[in-house]
Order: sequence, then structure tokens, then C-alpha cells
Amino acid sequence: MSFFNEENEEMAKEIVGRYPIARSALIPLLHLAQEQEGWITKPAMEQIAELTDTTSVEVLGTGTFYEMFKFHSVGRYLIKVCTNISCQLLGADELLEHVKTALEVEEGSTTEDGLFTFEEAECVAACTEAPCFTVNYRYFHRATKELFDEVVVDLRAGESPLSKGSADDKGVMPEHGTLSRVRQQIPKSRCAGIKHPEEIKGPPNWIEEGF
Amino acid sequence: MRESSLQGGYVEHAPGFVDNEGPKLITSRFKHTDSFTLEKYLSTGGYEGLRSALDRSPTQVHDEVREASLLGRGGAGFPAGIKWGFPPEGVWPRYLVANGDESEIGTYKDRLLMERDPHQLIEGVLIACYALGLSQAFLYVRGEMALAQERIAIALDEAYKAGYIGKNVLGTKFSVDVVMHWGAGSYIVGEETALIESLEGKRGMPRLKPPYFPAAIGLYGKPTIVNNVETLCNLPWILNNGASAYKGFGSESSPGTRMFAISGHVKRPGVYEVEHGVTTFRELFYGDNFCRGIRDDNELKMFIPGGGSAPWFFQEQLDLPLEASAVGAAGSMLGSGAMVVMDETTDAVKACLNVVRFFARESCGKCSPCREGTSWEEKILQRILDGEGRPSDIDLLLDIGDNISPGPYPAASFSDEGLDAVPFPPRQTTICPLGPSSVAPIVSAVRRFRNEFESLITRRDPIPLSLNVEEVVT
Repeated sequence: MSFFNEENEEMAKEIVGRYPIARSALIPLLHLAQEQEGWITKPAMEQIAELTDTTSVEVLGTGTFYEMFKFHSVGRYLIKVCTNISCQLLGADELLEHVKTALEVEEGSTTEDGLFTFEEAECVAACTEAPCFTVNYRYFHRATKELFDEVVVDLRAGESPLSKGSADDKGVMPEHGTLSRVRQQIPKSRCAGIKHPEEIKGPPNWIEEGF
Repeated sequence: MRESSLQGGYVEHAPGFVDNEGPKLITSRFKHTDSFTLEKYLSTGGYEGLRSALDRSPTQVHDEVREASLLGRGGAGFPAGIKWGFPPEGVWPRYLVANGDESEIGTYKDRLLMERDPHQLIEGVLIACYALGLSQAFLYVRGEMALAQERIAIALDEAYKAGYIGKNVLGTKFSVDVVMHWGAGSYIVGEETALIESLEGKRGMPRLKPPYFPAAIGLYGKPTIVNNVETLCNLPWILNNGASAYKGFGSESSPGTRMFAISGHVKRPGVYEVEHGVTTFRELFYGDNFCRGIRDDNELKMFIPGGGSAPWFFQEQLDLPLEASAVGAAGSMLGSGAMVVMDETTDAVKACLNVVRFFARESCGKCSPCREGTSWEEKILQRILDGEGRPSDIDLLLDIGDNISPGPYPAASFSDEGLDAVPFPPRQTTICPLGPSSVAPIVSAVRRFRNEFESLITRRDPIPLSLNVEEVVT
């Protein structure tokens, strides 16, 4: 039984084809599965195993190492508040407490309406713009309690808070699981040709003698 | 207080970047709102470095980069041109991985480079591939950086279509594929062998050394060069302007510029492109062209000079030049170009716990000194902070640190106590530097602020070994 829908299965095969060895596509395919379902399900792992020439246990083994993959359902919006040193120095602890109170959740859990999951984040590379939180990995810089509240109001009302974020983004906030809203496309006619490492015996043919 | 993001030289669409005075080798396009498009890139000299490279032989391009003494910008500061020479002769294929897994505490520069100027990175990757004779490269972008992924995906598509990547680049025989890859949330994957494991679809745990460089045995067991994003972004400029022009900036041992992210208690925190060696920490933190002083004109208490893994510096070290060798001899490192400034109101124990907790959470669990040690460190610091510390806890912390990193640990000089600097780097009982990094905040804080630890440790009466039951009951 296949987990991926038709479009994503096509995408999955294309992604696998970009790597010299199929297993390298394991993490990208876990992201693709999470994009489709919001979290990683067992059927997803089984199909990823097939596509990457691994077992579903190997997929689970790799996937559980990385904190972005969720093996249980999470809210539509994953809110992460950075509490590392640069953010802590400028009020991350207060922001964290505010988030807990405002959403009535503990760290790592989901609101009853299934809308928000809240986690602490490790340094997200926005240190000069501290404190910082992200919603589905979209950045909100120099965050205040008021900014956080406004973002939550927008999301509850079904509106996009992205214009309040750091990227001047007029788009719609994607649901949890979607990272890049665009995917790299390599046109077949332009691809230089991806081969298994064992098929390559010498330097590429464009190299002059004596390299 | 801090300057608002709309004043003081900030470039609004490149959050945190300050367009101050000084040479801009890799951030020159940040001032344009559409700096990430191919159109803007081409109209501002884009892909000229690649053209210039393709006019020469790969060996000549490699020589130019070696001559420029371009130092790696990821943390270790190893010269890129020398690293490129490590693949053993006659072993093919070879791969390049651009390390965009920026996650060292305090570090914010690669994300900007990827979001604001993805074509510059792609051009750097292409130049490296040409010089090294590679047919495939991977751009490993940190999982959490959704915008960077979008910008890079679009830029790669544009570059493929326009003939800069793929079969017969710009009509030459040079052919190469560049594939964007995602991370999924793990600090340790920034370590190059862990990065390769992750790219092979495995848990991101560092590989046993030797071999010390994946340039010998890397991705799929083949020679693999891993270069930091910022390092690669310097290549278009070097090929356009030549190694000697590049060496006209910075100091002799560290040529060129570097991006520094200065965060914490300064008036104008930001990302600055700074000439190597010609400025000091003092100028960066207090100078009008840079951070403009400590917030509320407070006193500086301490600062992290090169990311969370770096031992701390204090007022005594403010006049050191921003140069790898000088900072190393003084007991720390410039590392990933991340400086965190803490003023007199900062609780040293709390700051120490914060940094240690990061390493405890991010330890991959492969080596026991780190796996066990970092979580012990965290628990002990937590109980000290909670007022439940024991008198022996300070020595216990240092002892655990000594198990992870034996011998005198790198530290700044402390003239009041007559303590000399212990030069960088630390020794390690672990495969990678994560464990030893967790010792940096502990040794730094205990050496300088032992009294703060002691005052938090409650000195309770010891629990009696035998209880008199009658006494207790009545």
C-alpha cells in the first residue's frame, strides 16, 4: 500500500534520482512525508524504506535522531521559542512563560484544539535579532509578548501572520510539515548525469591531462 | 537600550545586517531588496568569477585560491586551498558538500548569506567543483531555515535554466550537478563527518578519526570536501579580483574579511562584515561604526568571542586584534564569528548553565565522556542555581570537565589572580569537539566568578549517619 499521494510519489522518485545512492534521500523523503501528513506515520516509513532501499526500522532509526521529525501528531502550527544564550539575555525566559500562559500548554505539548504545539528551540541563527520565535519555521525577530499575541490572533482567525515576520513575506502560513514552499527541479535536459560512485572510475571527461 | 531595527544603519530586508563603513566583499548585495534574484545577481557582476575560472585550468584556479590563503569560516579556520589538496591521487569520484547547517550558539551569518545572496553561494560551489574536478555537489541547508531553502531552490532552478549548472556549463565541457539537501534539526550535523553521515541517510553521528579529513574518505567512502557557506561565498570575489587583491584586506595570517554576528547586551547588535585583524574587540563593541557600546552604558562583564564552544573573554581581552592566532594564544577562538556580549547584570552561573544545557541536549551520545558528562554538568549546574548545590559541586564540575578534556583547559588570563592564559585548543577524549566545548563555559565561569558559584551553594549541616529514633519520634 502506498503512503504518498500520486504527486508526492512522483516527487519522491525524482528526489531519489538526484543522489548517487538512494539511501541519501531518506531525510528529504521524511520531510516530504511530514509535509503530506503533518507527522511521520508507519505507512510513510514503510514506503520510504522501499524507495530508499532500506528497512522501515532503518528509517525510524535515522528519523528519530532528528528533532524536526515528529512520530506522533502535532498541532497545525509548531511554535518554537529560542531560549539559548543570546535570546535568554534579552528576555527569552519571560517570552517562554508568556507563551505557556497564553496557550495554556506545557513545553512539548499541543493545545486542545489541535492548533498549536509549543517547544523550546535551540539556537536558530537569529542571535542579533533576539529574542526570537518561529512558527512552522518562519522567523519572528525581536519578539515581544504583544507580537506573539498578534501572531496567535491571526492564526486563530485563519489569517497569515507572515507579514509580521522577518522575511517581509506576503504569503500564506503553510501547515506544519511544509518547509520550503518550492522545490528544486532539475530539468532532465540540463542534468549532467548522476551515477552510482562505483560506476565512476576516473576523473570527469572535461578534465585535461595530468589532473 | 538597543537601537530599533529601522535606525542606525540596519538594512531592513536583511534583518540584523548593518551596512556600515568598510569593505564589503561578500555582503555587497545585501542592500538591494531583490539581491537573491538571478537578474540582480547578473547586473551586479554575478557569475563573472565563474567565467574567469573557466578561462583557466582547474589547477590554476586551485592555485589562485591557495595563494589567497582563504581560511575556512566554519569554526576551525583551516585554509581552504590546502584542504582542497587532500584528496588522494587517482581516487574518483569526489564530492563537495557546502555546509549550511549553521547552528553554533550565537552564530548568524550563513543564514543571511543563503537568504540574501544564494547565487553567490552557488557560484562559489561551481568554482570549487571546477577547481577540484567534481561532477556533483550538495548544498546542505539547515532544516529549520525554510526561507533559505526556498531562495536556494529558486536560485538553483534559475542557474540550471540559464546554463550555469548542469551539462556543459556556459558552453564549455565542464558539467556538474548541484543538489540541495535538507537537515532536520541536529547541531552536531555541523561537524563535517556527521554531516556526511546525515547526507548518507543515517543518524548524524561524527565518524571515528583518523582519517581526520573526509577529503580522504568521505561521502560513500570517497574523497569529499566540506566547506562552510561563508568560505565558498568568498570564491567569486577572489576569482574576479585575484588573490593579491584579496590579501590587500585583513592581516597577513588572516586575509580578507569575516562576518561577525554580535549579539547580547550591546546597543547596536548586528551582523557586520569586518576586515580581519585590523580591528579589536573593543572597537567592535564600543566603536561608532559597530555596536556603539554596552546597553544603558553598563560595564562589560564577559563575552563569548567565537560561538558557544569558545572559552569566554573579559575586559582584559578587549584590545586583542580580531585575528585567529592572537585570539588562540589568548585562550579562545574566533570560531564561527559569533560574539555574545554580557553586561554586569548577567548572572554568570545562569549563563554557564544555558550554554552547557545546549551541549547536553545536542550531544549525539556516541562517546561516553560527552554523553554522560554533559548531562551531569547540566544537572549539577541546575541544582547549584536552584540553591541545592553541594560544597563539592564546583570541584566535581571541573573533574567531569577534565574527563572530557584532560589537562589544563584553554582559558583567558586573569591578572588579578596572577593566572596566565592557557592557549587554544583543548585536548579531548571524544571523537568530536562537542563534549570539550561544554567545558568552556564551566572553566571560564568558575575561574573568574567562583564566588558566584559559592554564594549559591547552600552550606547545610551534614545529614547525621545514624539517627536516634526516640529523639526523632518525640
